Amino acid sequence: MILKTAFKGLQTSWKGLVLTLKHFFEARKSKVVADVKSPNYFDQQNGIATVQYPRQELPVPEVGRYQLDVVIDDCIVCDLCAKICPVDCIEIESIKATEAIGKTSDGSVKRLYAAKFDIDMAKCMFCGLCTTVCPTECITMTNGYDRSFSLVTDLTYHFSDMTEEEAELRREELEAQLAERKAAKEAAMKK
Amino acid sequence: MNFYLLYILVALAIFGFIAAFALFSVYAERKVSAFIQDRLGPMEVGKYGVLQTAADILKLIQKEYIVPTLADKVLFGLAPIIIFLAVYLGFVALPWAPGLVPASMNFGVFYVFAIISVEALGIMMAGWGSNNKYSLLGAVRSVAQIVSYEIPIGFAIISAVMIAQTLDLQVINQNQGVLATAPVQFLGFIDVKAVGGILAWNVFQAPHLLVAYVIYFIASLAECNRAPFDLPEAESELVAGFHTEYSGMRFAFIFLAEYAMMFLVAMLGVTLFLGGWNTPLPNIGTLKLANYTTGLFWGIFWMMAKCLTVVGVQMWIRWTLPRLRVDQLMTLCWKILTPLAFLCLVISGIWKLLLF
Ligand code: SF4
Ligand code: SF4
Repeated sequence: MILKTAFKGLQTSWKGLVLTLKHFFEARKSKVVADVKSPNYFDQQNGIATVQYPRQELPVPEVGRYQLDVVIDDCIVCDLCAKICPVDCIEIESIKATEAIGKTSDGSVKRLYAAKFDIDMAKCMFCGLCTTVCPTECITMTNGYDRSFSLVTDLTYHFSDMTEEEAELRREELEAQLAERKAAKEAAMKK
Repeated sequence: MNFYLLYILVALAIFGFIAAFALFSVYAERKVSAFIQDRLGPMEVGKYGVLQTAADILKLIQKEYIVPTLADKVLFGLAPIIIFLAVYLGFVALPWAPGLVPASMNFGVFYVFAIISVEALGIMMAGWGSNNKYSLLGAVRSVAQIVSYEIPIGFAIISAVMIAQTLDLQVINQNQGVLATAPVQFLGFIDVKAVGGILAWNVFQAPHLLVAYVIYFIASLAECNRAPFDLPEAESELVAGFHTEYSGMRFAFIFLAEYAMMFLVAMLGVTLFLGGWNTPLPNIGTLKLANYTTGLFWGIFWMMAKCLTVVGVQMWIRWTLPRLRVDQLMTLCWKILTPLAFLCLVISGIWKLLLF
């Protein structure tokens, strides 16, 4: 009874030990870092699986959905992306323009300046909702995934290309226009 | 005066060896575990990460000693010292080569066996002194385990000692090779005193010692709290077991003791069963391989080679077998290993009665 249990214990342990020993000796070679799309990707069953990032990198598809990018010239500052974001990591401050500023590449008319367009990548959970609601498709996900910073504030990406002075100027312009309109309205009321 | 100087030098040499071995084996362990799991292990510090453990020890040296507010300061501070000393002192009686043993004692086996059980005391102190429930649980488990496994390990050792008929480790060692002073008989009846080599090892002098060695080996894994018997420091259940609260050099010493213990039990097992510093190569006719490969440096070489192989097997087992449950641990000890070891003991007795 004891002998049988002991023998069985040794036998089953040996089975496991042989398995690990096989892996130990197979560790002489590493798997080649290959794209999952390559035809013989699944042929590489044995060997070390470690990818020595950042010296080696797994190829990612060009259409990978990692960090966000905004082509600010195409943005009509509609604020839809900020509204849909489940974690509220997009912060947009818009300034009405006094007249149409121009057109985006898909023909939409731009009427707002983006004084601030910040995305906090530390909060973003990469759901991609912002990219689906964007009417001009200017906010997109890129295949860039490996950015790291020493300051947590660096994780907030700034996409607005307006300087503070420019924004101030636009604000004044808007105020002037509003004041002008108000004056015109009041003048019309008096008549 | 010179007398004391020699003592100090020997002590330093043993300490240096333990430290070097720990540095090497921690690295080896990480690499072995990595390879078994299809990983690479440390790769960044130095070429292939060889300096990783040196960097680790530098980090540990710089760390602060943190003592929990409610800890028993005396026990907490003393525990690492006792744990380390117990293992360190164990090395004193172990022979390295013909004529090379730090302290020759005629009760060497008994001494080593006794002094390494003191480690249990240190572990209990660490667990109790930390005032942390995980530490205490780990310590309780550890002590229960060490005390239980001392029975099969003791029986296995005694069955070897009965064959060797002496408690002096150096003599036990000598009688397993060409330098023997007692009759050496392969399987109990073929005289191989002149042949030596692997045939003269205790496990081949009396084949039931092979079983005794396996029992010794399994029980020694439990003695040094290594997987699959690492319940005292089960990371997934007890954070780090009895050394949860330790940091800095205190932790380093506990760690050092753990690795030194691995080598110690390997060395004791090799001495008792596997021929110690004796060469595995036998004399074949005029080709006196055994005579050529016996000597001071060969002795150290064979000792190291055998011990490192055993340590390698310990690592291999650690990264293969899952941890045992407490009841399984006790079942294995009391219901399987102890009766089998006892059987070996009885066979040893009959062996000696019938053959001489
Ligand atoms: S991907 Fe999701 S979480 Fe990230 S900014 Fe867009 S909507 Fe917000
Ligand atoms: S949804 Fe698109 S267009 Fe609208 S503010 Fe966001 S990025 Fe700009």
